[in-house]
This record gives sequence, structure tokens and C-alpha cells, in this order.
Amino acid sequence: MQVPILKQGAYLIATIQSALTDADIVQLRDALVEQVGRYRSRGVIIDVTALDVMDSFATGTLRDVAHMVRLRGAETVIVGIQPDVAFAMVHMGLTLEGVTTKLDLEEGLDHLNRNIRTTAGR
Amino acid sequence: MGLAQLRNETKSTSESTAVLLRELVAHLGQNRTQLREEWIRRITEGRLLTAMSKEEIFAEATSVYDSYVEALETRTLETLQAYAQNLSERIIPRGVETHEVVGIVLLLRDVLARSLFSKYHADTRMLNAVLDAYEPAANAIAITVAVGFVRERERIIRQQQEAIRELSTPVLQVRERLLILPIIGLIDPLRARQLTEQLLRGIRANRAKVVVIDITGVAAMDATVANHLVLTVESARLLGARVIVTGLSPEIAQTLVNIGVDLGKMNTVGDLQGGIEEAERLLGYKVGPLSEGMSA
Amino acid sequence: MKPVGVLEETRVAVAVDADIVAARMHGRALATRLGFRATDATLIATAISELARNILLYAKTGEVTISAIERGDRRGLAVVASDEGPGIADAARAMEDGFSTSGRLGLGLPGVRRLMDEFEVRSSAGRGTTVTVKKWIA
Repeated sequence: MQVPILKQGAYLIATIQSALTDADIVQLRDALVEQVGRYRSRGVIIDVTALDVMDSFATGTLRDVAHMVRLRGAETVIVGIQPDVAFAMVHMGLTLEGVTTKLDLEEGLDHLNRNIRTTAGR
Repeated sequence: MGLAQLRNETKSTSESTAVLLRELVAHLGQNRTQLREEWIRRITEGRLLTAMSKEEIFAEATSVYDSYVEALETRTLETLQAYAQNLSERIIPRGVETHEVVGIVLLLRDVLARSLFSKYHADTRMLNAVLDAYEPAANAIAITVAVGFVRERERIIRQQQEAIRELSTPVLQVRERLLILPIIGLIDPLRARQLTEQLLRGIRANRAKVVVIDITGVAAMDATVANHLVLTVESARLLGARVIVTGLSPEIAQTLVNIGVDLGKMNTVGDLQGGIEEAERLLGYKVGPLSEGMSA
Repeated sequence: MKPVGVLEETRVAVAVDADIVAARMHGRALATRLGFRATDATLIATAISELARNILLYAKTGEVTISAIERGDRRGLAVVASDEGPGIADAARAMEDGFSTSGRLGLGLPGVRRLMDEFEVRSSAGRGTTVTVKKWIA
């Protein structure tokens, strides 16, 4: 099932539903990278509130998204990781290191707004 | 296990046992009222179920009796299992104990067995046949009810222990978006895990941006506990909260370094007060002399 | 150790990536029904996800069996992920963090072991792989 991507000004917001297959997540990665290039977005928010499991594949692919999107000059924020999902991730050793994570959409937008402002003029 | 026994039993002498059990069930049905009364009398005499009123005992006795007979009739234990769990859920909070539950089931078994004795006493062969059919079934039923009760008790005890552990380590909200988790005493793996879960739920509920974890009061810090601490810090980060660890003694710092923790990555401050001030600074509150200015 | 009894089991064939999702949803549902706490249900679902994906990545097809088990008074859940794939030539190395044959994050087996109470992997080159994990209700 395709993940919907919303364009909000200079940001792209992707909201993931729970039954996410590997193919869906790869498709999301490619779509985000393509759209960041197309719209010259400054930030990407991936909302994983509905995701009930984050395994090595999901984590790895989200990290890939962050890297690839950064190469196009935009920052990625992952929001909405559930408490037990976070618990499982750290116990498995999956840390999403190098990727910004925030509590929810509001926090994610706030982070992007503050960061983008301080790099204004680039 | 009891289920298998019932089935195996009836497989070998299936025809005759089936017939006998049917007769038994008919007999127990016909004499339901008086057998049930006899049973209740024995319960009262044995001073069992004292926590319950007469009406309640009557109501439960009726349900148990009927479930018992149904189990004999259908030769399956599922309904009885479900009933036993339901019954346990209701009577455990009333203070009914294991020996009472086992006691009343055994009394019922006795009452029914005596009734079979009086009906078939003239025909020894028949009596033996009936008891051969009855006993394994009755025992399986007794075990099912007892085990169901004990399991429910264990579940409740686990819940209570969890609640106690939770109470003993509150996650405190002292300022908006700031949580403090003072860890005191001994940390076993179960407690450590519960602390982490509580903290994460707290971060979510309070939308905390900074968490101060104070380990001044931790009784013993070994590699396992240190590891739990690191995992807690990492999982808090995944929820977007920054963590400040306070109360780190030089010994503990050494333990952390020994297990490979990069202390440079962990935000540590000497004492709790200092940690709270640092947290407030991170949150943008002006602390101390006004020369500080707003933080980024 | 007392023998383990199986109370019920579900088999999920793994051949496409939607099966990974199906397997972990079954796992979560059973875990919840057995009375595992929510966090443990997530650990179990995560472990299943990893094991099922390994089957897809390395053997193309296989099977995940999820069972309710009991040992004495304890109840728990077991997952058996098996395939007839190429097998793990060096099972010991596969258990080291960071070991990878496909360039991704590796088999994820050390991570799965950390999540579960019991863990066993049987495999050798050319003879398929069976990973058995168990988690008991605390």
C-alpha cells in the first residue's frame, strides 16, 4: 500500500500506516527522494506513529532516506516512534543514529522550522 | 493434560464408558437439587467460603455443579476451564483461598461419589464400572478447577508486584516538558525494564523534551545495570527527548567506560540540582544571572 | 528441563514480503491473547519480522510456525522459522554483531537473541536453516 506524502510548503510529510511491507517502504524511500528533488523541499517528516514494529529493514531504509535526502539539501525527522517500538529497537541494537527523531508531528515541524531558519540565506 | 486423559480413557473402553457416563449424568441431573444442598451443607460445615454470603454460595454452587455435570456429559474441559477462570477472577478479590477452592471441588466429588455408592451398592460389578468411569473424569475436573484458580492468583500477584514496582519509582514532572526519574535502590532486570517502560510512557504523556535520570541512589551498578541505563537513554532519544544523567560517581563512570559506553555521547552532570539547571537551560528557561541569554 | 508442551500452533508460509507482515501480526495477536504485556508482544512481533525476512532474503521460501507453549506452570510463545535454503556456513560468526553476507545489517540474529528468552539456530551449508526462539510470560 502506498504511503501518502503531503507537501506542506517547503516540507514533505509522509504518514505511514501499520501494515507496511518491505516493498512499501522501499517505494516510500524512492518517492521521497524524487519529490525532494522535484520540489526542492527543505525538510522531510516521516510519521511512524502507526507502525507497530520497526525491524532492521525498516530502520535501515529510513536511515537511507535520511542520507539520500540530505544529499539533496534537506533534513529528515522521524516522528512518532511508539514506546514499545523504541524499547524493541534499542534491545535489538537498532539506533537510528545520525537521524533526528522527535516525539510527534508538532515537535518535528518545530525542529525543522528552527533549523531551517538558522541556515537561512544558504 | 486432563483433557487428554478423559479422551484416552474413553477411547479404550469407549462404548461402555460412554454409556455409563450418560447414566451418571442423568442421575446427577435428576438428583440435582438434593445433591447440591448436601454439598452446600458440607461446605458450610467445613467452614469454607466464609468470605461469601449464603446467597452467593448458593449461586456459585449451582454454577459449579452444572458446569461439573456438563463437563462429565460432554467429556470436554474447555467450558469448565473458562468457567473456572471466570469464577477465580470473581472470588479472589473476595479473599477466597486456594485450599477453599480445592476443598469445595473435592467435597463435590465426594458428595457425588457417595450418591453413586447408594444408588449402585447392591450391584458391585455395576458400582465398580460406574466408579471406573467417574473417577478419572472427576479428578480431571478437580485438577482443572484448582489449576485455573492458581493460575489466576499468580496473574494477580504479578500484577500487584508490578504496581508496587511502579509506585516505588515515580516519574516526576517538575516543569513543563521536563521529567525527572530518580532511580533508587537495587535494580534487577525486571525492574530496569519496567523503569524504561514507565519513562517512555511518561515522555509520551508529558511530551517531555528533556529527562533527568538521577542515579545517585542506585545501590549497585554492574555491567548489566549500566547496560540497561544506556538502553534507557537511547530509547528516550528515539522519542525525541534529551537525557541528562546525574549522580554519576567516578566508580560508575568507570563501569560505563568499561562496558564500552562513550561518555562523551552521554550528557552527564554531577548532581541532580546541576542536572535540573542544565535541563532548564536546554529548554530555554533563563536560569541564574541574566547574562546567559536565550539558548538556541 | 521439563518437556515443553504445545498448546496450539499457526503456520505461516513465507514467500513474499506481505507474508512477513502476516507472520508478525499473527505473532502479536497470539502473544496478546496469551497474556504477554504489550511491550513483549512487540518484541515478539519484531523478532518474527526479522526471522521471516531472513527466510525471504536467503532462501526465498520457508515457513514460520508460531505456537503457544507451556512448561510446567509457565506459559509462553515459540517461533520456529525454517527454510531449505543455502544454510549459514558459519553459524558462530552469524551470531556476532555486524556479521553480514548481503551487505545490509546482516542476519539480525544477535538482535533477535537479545529480544527472546531462548534461542537456537540449526544450520549448515546447503542444508537449510531452522531458528527456534521462545519467550515466556514473566
